Amino acid sequence: MKTFKIGGIHPSENKLSAKSPIRQAGLPKQAVISLYQHIGAPAKPVVAKGDEVKVGMLIAEADGFVSVPIHSSVSGKVNKIDAIVDASGYRRPAIFIDVEGDEWEEGIDRSEDLVTLAQHPELTAEEIVGKIKAAGIVGMGGATFPCHVKLSPPKGTKAECVIINAVECEPYLTADHRLMLEKPDEILVGTELIMKAVGVEKGYIGIESNKPDAIALLTERAKQHPHIEIVPLKVKYPQGGEKQLIAAVMEREVPAPPALPIHVGAVVQNVGTTFAIYEAVMKNKPLFERVITVTGKDVHQPSNLLARIGTPMSQLIDECGGLPEDTGKVIGGGPMMGKALMHLDVPVCKGSSGLLLLGEREARRKAPQPCIRCAKCVSACPMGLEPYLLATASALRKWDVAEENGITSCIECGSCQFTCPSARPILDNVRMGKTTVMALIRARNAK
Amino acid sequence: MNVIWIAVIILGAVGLVSSVVLYAASKKFAVVEDERIGKVAEVLPQANCGGCGYPGCSGFAAACVKAADGGSLEGKLCPVGGQPVMEKVAGILGLSAGASVPKVAVVRCNGTCENRPRVVEYVGVRSCRVQLLAGTGETACAFGCLGGGDCVAACQFGALSINPNTGLPEVDEDLCTACGACVKTCPRKVIELRPKGPKNRRMVVKCVNRDKGAVANKVCKASCIGCGKCVKVCAFDAITVNNNLAYIDPEKCKLCRKCEEACPKGAIHAINFPQRKPKAEAAPKQEAAAGATVAQEKKEA
Amino acid sequence: MAKKLIVSLSPHVHTRDSVQRNMYGVCIALIPALLTSLYFFGIGAAVVLATSVASCVLFEWAIAKFILKKEEVTVTDGSAVLTGLLLGFNLPSNLPIWIIIIGALVAIGVGKMTFGGLGCNPFNPALVGRAFLLVSFPVQMTTWPVPGQLGSYLDAETAATPLAVMKNAIKAGDASILEQLPDSIDLLVGQTGGCLGEVSALALLIGLAYMLARRIITWHIPVSILATVFVLSGLLHLSNPIYASPVTVLLTGGMMLGACFMATDYVTSPMTAKGQIIYGVAIGFLTVVIRTFGAYPEGMSFAILIMNAFTPLINTYCKPKRFGEVVKK
Repeated sequence: MKTFKIGGIHPSENKLSAKSPIRQAGLPKQAVISLYQHIGAPAKPVVAKGDEVKVGMLIAEADGFVSVPIHSSVSGKVNKIDAIVDASGYRRPAIFIDVEGDEWEEGIDRSEDLVTLAQHPELTAEEIVGKIKAAGIVGMGGATFPCHVKLSPPKGTKAECVIINAVECEPYLTADHRLMLEKPDEILVGTELIMKAVGVEKGYIGIESNKPDAIALLTERAKQHPHIEIVPLKVKYPQGGEKQLIAAVMEREVPAPPALPIHVGAVVQNVGTTFAIYEAVMKNKPLFERVITVTGKDVHQPSNLLARIGTPMSQLIDECGGLPEDTGKVIGGGPMMGKALMHLDVPVCKGSSGLLLLGEREARRKAPQPCIRCAKCVSACPMGLEPYLLATASALRKWDVAEENGITSCIECGSCQFTCPSARPILDNVRMGKTTVMALIRARNAK
Repeated sequence: MNVIWIAVIILGAVGLVSSVVLYAASKKFAVVEDERIGKVAEVLPQANCGGCGYPGCSGFAAACVKAADGGSLEGKLCPVGGQPVMEKVAGILGLSAGASVPKVAVVRCNGTCENRPRVVEYVGVRSCRVQLLAGTGETACAFGCLGGGDCVAACQFGALSINPNTGLPEVDEDLCTACGACVKTCPRKVIELRPKGPKNRRMVVKCVNRDKGAVANKVCKASCIGCGKCVKVCAFDAITVNNNLAYIDPEKCKLCRKCEEACPKGAIHAINFPQRKPKAEAAPKQEAAAGATVAQEKKEA
Repeated sequence: MAKKLIVSLSPHVHTRDSVQRNMYGVCIALIPALLTSLYFFGIGAAVVLATSVASCVLFEWAIAKFILKKEEVTVTDGSAVLTGLLLGFNLPSNLPIWIIIIGALVAIGVGKMTFGGLGCNPFNPALVGRAFLLVSFPVQMTTWPVPGQLGSYLDAETAATPLAVMKNAIKAGDASILEQLPDSIDLLVGQTGGCLGEVSALALLIGLAYMLARRIITWHIPVSILATVFVLSGLLHLSNPIYASPVTVLLTGGMMLGACFMATDYVTSPMTAKGQIIYGVAIGFLTVVIRTFGAYPEGMSFAILIMNAFTPLINTYCKPKRFGEVVKK
């Protein structure tokens, strides 16, 4: 079975919600739709206070190429355009919509019928990318990079294959797993759409072998799609990292930044994104809802919820049995790379893949001990770096040493810190060093 | 011919050849350095703090010599040595030093544990730069001091320390040389170099929150809400409010302390003033020697 | 909400691994060797090991508490116990207690705590202690009791070790001297004279297997050392029969203990796989050189100490292969 070669770790999987089918989350009373849901310029609102909106209506337009439009996830009246406090505690502009009923825009195909590419042979690559852009689709694995930018390879590069990232290597998260089990044909059609959009003949769907049911189902259904190959992968974190997945599937390594996956001929999309692409192109449905895993060892009912963008996280927690008494930390995303939320009124965004509630004891870190130079971080690093060295260099503000030793290649997967027997805060320091070094490099290039 | 002679001859020959090679090398690779650079470097404090903006004292010396060739030392200041050192430098270079105002680092945040409630608990490396990556820190204030102590680590003169009671850094004004290392390192730009002021007295807005008044008020009891009352009472146009934040121009401020009284949030602080007597205008003229009052920045707190 | 949420940077989960787990893991791996040493050297081995471990732990605690004035005294992390065990394993079982205590003081005091304690020492502390004792008390350190005298300690009968026999053969240039060596089975089990922990190659190999299985160490260092020694001593043996056979070389003296437990010390060995192999090969080479041409019959400990000094250099030049560094065709 394939996997990437350098480093990697095996955290406990804890896929508590793997058996729980996706269910629709309730509509919020007020949807708070952030204008900062993607990497790039924030969207510009096109509605004003008091405007009536319907589900799927454009409420903010893209501001530039690396930006996406945002659509209303609910029907009702715009209450205000004001700042919300985001997960990090900063104030960001958002559109507040008071929910009334659930009236959808006409033109959205709400039927369950599968629409295949064969039914629409007239679709061109430009049309597909155009529809994806108009639907406001971003990378839904958490990176939230505008999807249409990834599907428009820069000049001088040529895509050779499309890789669908269905690895879901983060412990606890099951949203992608459930989606594959419940919408396999849609995902395969979505894959074909991406292949057509970038003009390639080969598509791979990489799935870790801890999801045998999804592998079996997709392999069965893929018989009707001869250009798509299901690739079972050996379970190892961080296989869902874009570069690691390309290494596992294609056995090619993307060079150090600023090189992109396209330089080795790969276009990688998350499986959730693929489903959203299918819905956008074939069903005319913009991105306004997504599957999110709400889980945790103390959560009463770990679930996979189909939630509208803008639903507050606290509501999702209530739908899964309420906030456990012992909750110490609430994480947006998975435990390895997710972000700890500062409060629970953070709304669901396009990139919210999970909500993980950790108990007080789990949330605390062990007291760090001295580095015993065991080199476990070195062998765990999937990028072939020396985390102990980068962490020390960053802590001592030796930016030049950090840069020489490739700190900018760090993908912040957390394998080093996870594996450290001394429980040292390696990634805290490396991340700080990386941000600083990147800023220094930018300043140098600007000169 | 005995062994000793052989040794003497061989060693002598080796020595001769080496000396010729060394001589040739010293001539060929000689670096001509302006001797003034060395002289200037000698009078500098050799703290190599970089406060002047150049890499170390020798870098500054070279920059001074270059500037002197251009005819003026304007803009060059060794913050550690201050005016006396710059006069010496100017003397060596045959110029006159530009006047400089002695400055001191000022922490512009009064978000103590009492004033600014902690809304979450941060677990991890205690460093402002690291904490910044996790969000706004432990408080809801997106502008104020994070209390991680990066400035303390950056200070080469031991002038900064975190007060465990307030969680905020404090400046020891006797030790502070105004080298600016803390200003550069503070990711939130909370620390500012301000003129020491007459008798070390100065007025400071101890807040950097640029949120709207209502928001700033909610996150911190001691925040500036940009209400502009201080602007109205100031007779010297020394105070401006930009982005919901008041700023006192130290050059225009005449230390009348009216703004301090006017501020409804107590965000304006009078530093190193003697204890207030019932009638504030009758400010005592007795000696409040420069060194006598040390960083008593927390009078109000 | 009454309770404050905790905020920290990812990752939010941590392995169950810890310093203690690794240190005590190595101690567990030493149990087979410990039992064999007790079996062959009886009370002497017990006294030496107990003194060594107890004094190492005591010195670490005292130095951390009274000299370094550390707030948290962490003798419980297991590193002092391990140093004590390894030091004891490196001593003859008839060594007087006061010498052992001096050795422990040097190992912990000079070898470890002067550099700042756990993780900061450039040299393996147990070997620093042993090297110090070897040059300070050469007579006591090189008289080895014959195994099997379970009840005797200082009064144990002594004999030449296989290493001394091998050295004599080389000095005399007479291959027939090698016939005095015990056969390989005895060497494997430990029915021979020597430091108490190093006599049984088999017990040490069981320990190595345990450490590899629990992923406490990787194979690179032990395998590269043993392979290098095997190849080099094999070549010597082929060139001239006065040099012992490679199997005998591998099974005698501190070879196994050094390769499996001393050279693999986390703190003093290189960080990358490539570096570890260079380190291992160099240790193997130096060991054979010292054993064959040097003044001492045993070269393992000095070879490791020498390479400890080179570890920072190896770390500087042996970088792991970075992801994407060489793009495959």
